[in-house]
Amino acid sequence: MTGIIGKKIGMTRVFDKTGQRIVVTVIQAGPCYVTEVKTKDIHGYDAVQLGFDEKREKVTTAPLRGIFKKAGVKPLRVLKEFQAFKAESPLKLGDAVKVDVFEEGDQVSVTGVSKGRGFAGTVKRHGFGGGPKTHGQSNRHRAPGSIGQSSYPSRVFKGIGMPGRMGGKKVTVKNLNIVKVDKEKDYLLIEGAVPGHINNYVFINKQ
Amino acid sequence: MNKVDLAVTDQINSDLPDFGPGDTVAVHAKVVEGDKERIQVFEGVVIKKKGKGINATFTVRKISQGIGVERIFPLHSPRIAKIERLRAGKVRRAKLYYLRGLKGKAARIEEKR
Repeated sequence: MTGIIGKKIGMTRVFDKTGQRIVVTVIQAGPCYVTEVKTKDIHGYDAVQLGFDEKREKVTTAPLRGIFKKAGVKPLRVLKEFQAFKAESPLKLGDAVKVDVFEEGDQVSVTGVSKGRGFAGTVKRHGFGGGPKTHGQSNRHRAPGSIGQSSYPSRVFKGIGMPGRMGGKKVTVKNLNIVKVDKEKDYLLIEGAVPGHINNYVFINKQ
Repeated sequence: MNKVDLAVTDQINSDLPDFGPGDTVAVHAKVVEGDKERIQVFEGVVIKKKGKGINATFTVRKISQGIGVERIFPLHSPRIAKIERLRAGKVRRAKLYYLRGLKGKAARIEEKR
């Protein structure tokens, strides 16, 4: 098994072995349940679909209820497919996947939906410098500047940084170290920041 | 306790002495020199305590060779071997920044009885 579904709980810091403080993100990872097993013979590739976070039967649609009934698990909020290692013992329908698939020191990539920033200007969205702050400037402080020339090319080139919707997109952060695996509380402590706000669902993949 | 604090409960040092601003303390800090580790004692007046849980720190001020020196320690750091409370001070502030402008006799703190 290569991955797990989690929920971002927040950030804090811990002391490492040398006494240095390192910033970590706390993730409630699992327990996940296998809701579907895909095999090369039938589907053309090997994978397992995991589900995470229980929800009420009443708010589950009938087609999904069938899937959960077949797997023998309670209705789950998030479903996500993960590619399986061939060498490891194959997972069956309804099997639980817990944080113990990870170890301290593992490198992982974390995928989630980033925080939505709404309609953002070029300074926030593309890291533009903005205009001068002083010397009689008026309304140039966060302006994008020139977007092109007049007679040639007489148009705006594609890819010029402009204001627009920022965030709220799927983002993957790679090469994050796992600092701690708390098997009692199903917590993962991952060094650094992961995409999204608190209570955001994240997908953690072993590299 | 919120969920984030619960994740780091094992890092909290529970046998800390009860001390606060105005107290004189000796902090036994572990110092690594090359491949050897030794204990260095930093003695002075606690001028502030701040933060909660794992993020808590305290600041100790002393006069070293006529120059004021302040050191900030993370309260739950594993690099602190021991904190000794040498003298309880009687102060009316939580943050003793006014000590920075004083020296000699004026910078004394009355002992709490």
